[in-house]
Amino acid sequence: MSALRSIGPLRWLIRNPIWGFVLLVFVFFSIASDHFFDFRNFQNIMVQTSTIGLIALGMTLVMINGNIDLSVGATLALAAAFAVDVQSWAAFATWGNWQILPAVCMALLVGILIGALNGIIVWKTGVDAFIVTLGAMLGVRGLVFVYTGEQSFYAMNFAYSDFSYSSVGPVPSLALIFILCTIAVHILLSRTVHGRNTYAVGGNREAAVNAGIRVGPHMVWNFMLLGFLAALAGVALSTQMGAATPNLGRDYELWTITAVVLGGTKLTGGKGDIIGTFGGVLAIGILRNGMNLMQVPGFYVYVILGSILIAVLFLDKQFNRRSKGEIRV
Amino acid sequence: MVLTRMRASGPMVAKQGILLAFVVFLIVFTFASDRFLTVENFLSVFRQAAIIGIMALGVTIVVIGGNLDLSVGSMLSFATVLVVDLHDKIGPELAIVVMIAATLCLGAVNGFLVGILRLNSLIVTLGMLSAIQGFVLIYSGGQNVDIVDQAGTWFRFFGRGAVLGIATPIVMFIGLALIFNVIMSMMPFGRKVYAVGGNPTAASFSGVPRSRIVFVTYLISALCVALAAIVLGSRVMGSQNNVGQGYELQVLAAVILGGTSLLGGAGSILKTVLGVLMLAFIQNGLILMGQPYYTQWLVTWVVIIVAVWLDVAAKRGKLFSPIA
Repeated sequence: MSALRSIGPLRWLIRNPIWGFVLLVFVFFSIASDHFFDFRNFQNIMVQTSTIGLIALGMTLVMINGNIDLSVGATLALAAAFAVDVQSWAAFATWGNWQILPAVCMALLVGILIGALNGIIVWKTGVDAFIVTLGAMLGVRGLVFVYTGEQSFYAMNFAYSDFSYSSVGPVPSLALIFILCTIAVHILLSRTVHGRNTYAVGGNREAAVNAGIRVGPHMVWNFMLLGFLAALAGVALSTQMGAATPNLGRDYELWTITAVVLGGTKLTGGKGDIIGTFGGVLAIGILRNGMNLMQVPGFYVYVILGSILIAVLFLDKQFNRRSKGEIRV
Repeated sequence: MVLTRMRASGPMVAKQGILLAFVVFLIVFTFASDRFLTVENFLSVFRQAAIIGIMALGVTIVVIGGNLDLSVGSMLSFATVLVVDLHDKIGPELAIVVMIAATLCLGAVNGFLVGILRLNSLIVTLGMLSAIQGFVLIYSGGQNVDIVDQAGTWFRFFGRGAVLGIATPIVMFIGLALIFNVIMSMMPFGRKVYAVGGNPTAASFSGVPRSRIVFVTYLISALCVALAAIVLGSRVMGSQNNVGQGYELQVLAAVILGGTSLLGGAGSILKTVLGVLMLAFIQNGLILMGQPYYTQWLVTWVVIIVAVWLDVAAKRGKLFSPIA
């Protein structure tokens, strides 16, 4: 937020147009709906957005690298299945509430492993991340169905599903986890060597190699971070439901990519930040929540989100063309 | 040693890798199941592959032109719901005409945004995927649609009928593949698509109307979706409102497996047909072997990555990427 002080709020808003949009929909729904401007509802929005938000944080880093990950939805489902299933393994039967601990650890580990696998394949084979993770999206989803036997798992330990209702002071636990992760990833991206390298690799891979950055392992780390966050989102989502279904997280890759692109991250890499992504996530969350409260059928959200995505791309192109002076042919 | 051998055999593997893999799979499945290598089974696989196959033909042309089309899945839902719903209201002939026109409009929107405005095709078609799914739900009110008089309508010809003893979907798929193959490899339009996909700037300077070419590739893609929707609607005689969900990925998987480069400028229609058939035979073979349905996705995962890896490796002459 130091950026805010140095350049003034108006110019900051121009650089982060998505926050202007967040402000707009916030004001709009506050006036248009009776139930929107309410602290309980804000808590709701934060919990609802935490799932997509967590994934979007990791996706931002991977996309700044110039990669993409389509397998996050499937990773989320696999992690959720492990988190719910491992609790009821006989080995942990006598552990009481502590049986949740190995289950969650296992889920997070699975997420990290899938991320590492994607990253290593991208690094070693040189195949485009889009293709690698498209394959993984199908394959990991297949794993979910094979592992669960096409059944839903239900959490036997009620402490697990109770967690989603718990809160620290006025802030729901799930929202708190999301906010803490946002701050951590923001610091990672803007204040550390790893963050600098992330921009360098995405901006110009050749130059990054020549500057002595180990590009391959760097990308693997980012994929692992994304896998971890996707798994965490899976755990968060399954605590809310007290269950894990094999179809969990379908289309989440689309929602997260939408959120990240709305936040100003470039698909070509080298540009983007967490503040923007957070704005993108909030925009989607507020829009969905507000339209829900106004009893607009959920169908319209798809149309509006799709249109906004294309509009943002169009506006962005207009701004960039002016500043860069792209060759017109 | 390994590397030199790689280099020598590289071009061959790159050119015919998919064909080799295809033959290997056929042999494995033939030995694993005695019901695999029969005319009936092959025809049924072809029939099942036809819908994804017809869509994949159009997407191949878009991808050769250097763009992506992720909206085909939603578009398939849209077209199928529309044609099935209108069938009982205005009759099959008009329903087909209206549906094709409406689907072409969606293709034109894609083409306008990507071709004329030069926006990123991945994001545009992602946005369209979401928006079109919304349209379908609004149009159908979240209800599923179906055709009441299923036996009496000639509309059943497309999904359940046959031409000279061969099921119509197969005839449509193979016929379209041959037509598009001629267009792409022998006609000026096809060469222009390759030129635009290979190097857009160079193509523009050589006088190829880049914007218009990309626009038309999206129209072709939409047309293919419309034809696939006719087959699907006619076969099921009804439609869920999200029937095409996830099709875009299977279509893309088939296109990639066929060796079409996502960077554009390379690929061929006939190889896409191979990719489509290979995915269909993997699914069919695994099911005949008694494997759970979802095992095919695991196999697809491995096959896609290995196929593209070999392709990439052959081009650079090294198995592993040189990135540190």
